[in-house]
Amino acid sequence: MAYRWTNTLTQADVTPKAAYLNRRQILAGTVGLGAIGLAGRANAQELEPNTLEEITSYNNFYEFGTGKNDPAQNAHQLVTSPWSIKVDGMVDNPGDYALDDLLAGLSVEDRLYRFRCVEAWSMVIPWNGIELADILNKVGVQSGAKYVAFETVVQPENMIGVQRRVLDFPYVEGLRLDEAMHPLTIMATGIYDEPIANQNGAPIRLVVPWKYGFKSIKSIVRITLTDQEPPTSWNIANPREYGFYSNVNPTVDHPRWSQATERRIGGGLFASRQDTLMFNGYPEVAPLYEGQDLTVDI
Amino acid sequence: MAVAQAINGGLRRLPAWTIYIVGAAYAVWEFWRALNQIGPYLVEPINVLERAYGEIALILMVVGLMVTPLRQWTGVNLIKFRRAIGVTAFLFVLAHFLVFAILDVQSVSRVWTEIVKRPYVTVGMAAFLMLIPLAVTSNNLSVRKMGSAAWRKMHKLTYPAAILGAIHYLWLVKGFQLEPIIYLVVILGLLATRLNWQEKRRAAM
Repeated sequence: MAYRWTNTLTQADVTPKAAYLNRRQILAGTVGLGAIGLAGRANAQELEPNTLEEITSYNNFYEFGTGKNDPAQNAHQLVTSPWSIKVDGMVDNPGDYALDDLLAGLSVEDRLYRFRCVEAWSMVIPWNGIELADILNKVGVQSGAKYVAFETVVQPENMIGVQRRVLDFPYVEGLRLDEAMHPLTIMATGIYDEPIANQNGAPIRLVVPWKYGFKSIKSIVRITLTDQEPPTSWNIANPREYGFYSNVNPTVDHPRWSQATERRIGGGLFASRQDTLMFNGYPEVAPLYEGQDLTVDI
Repeated sequence: MAVAQAINGGLRRLPAWTIYIVGAAYAVWEFWRALNQIGPYLVEPINVLERAYGEIALILMVVGLMVTPLRQWTGVNLIKFRRAIGVTAFLFVLAHFLVFAILDVQSVSRVWTEIVKRPYVTVGMAAFLMLIPLAVTSNNLSVRKMGSAAWRKMHKLTYPAAILGAIHYLWLVKGFQLEPIIYLVVILGLLATRLNWQEKRRAAM
């Protein structure tokens, strides 16, 4: 059952392809009248999506190097076809699914989401994706399952950052089952109606917009349903700095930097900071954490 | 040694102020590229410029520390450039700080919070403060006024400043990354060569 999550934005708010290809020049010229009209609307200005160029050339994907431009340089080597995903653990229909088979019959939706990195920068990204709940319902979650674990592909010969062991690869992430089933949580397969670029996590990645970006694991090859809280890569690397939940929270600082503000990518050299919003501006997820102290469950 | 002499001969004609010109040109060039979002500055120019200025400062600190061992081992004498290298390093630290304060953090209260609350900023700030008196006294008048021995003693602050600079870098990156470790190891190695010479000198006496 798709289309459970709605907001005030519609497809009309997604920048047309002609505009995103070269936003700066179009805004400077007369062709941009339509785009400027959009920007005048409430909300739309704040959620003006980043350009495809910005989205595809400033990335963290340590399997391809730690520099922000490294994934764009190196990710072309990733082999994304054929692609299969192992679904195992507490599911009714475990197995190795070809990507197309896993997604067959499920609807791909447009989701214009804020994306907040733990490093205190952010973008707005027009994803195309499938609600994770739809995928999980398709494979059949067993009653005792409490968590979903994810794993990124490792292709050592194609991923030049893997040998450097900046992290303990394969990259792993996890969600509580209710987080995974929330209609905001999607598995993205595209951006701007194009297949998702390798550096953005081709061919399929998680997007959890109210959590820091590193939770939204890329290039997924395994989904495991479990009753134990699964290990997560950054938490293994530094448990003091990166918790299991990692919800965007302006009141809980990263030990080494503030999370109160962020810089929206795309503003140039004199871009000003803006306040970071609780749950990255998605208050509808707050009921998931009722009764939890989010200064402890970081 | 013939090679070293040839190098020294060639460098004799190169005035020390060349370092300032090249340093200023590099700083302006990087700023211009950041302003126009060219190359690595395409998407997020603020952070990249901050890093660029910080890293060149660290590189110049390393180069400055290499002058003495280089002369000891190879005979290549860069001593006349050392003051310009050191002052240029300081100016890049200053530029790094200004980008951090004005373009990145953007408010005095937040700068203060960062310095007090974030150990890697505290460490970097300490290195910056150590370099200020060194930059101010990097002129012949100060050497004469202070006396050579006292001046030299004070300018050994370069050593802890360099170590703190490398720790600052190591502390701010995420995960286990090689580059900051290399800087720290090289700096510690260059400082270790100085310990050895002092021991040798003492042994010879």
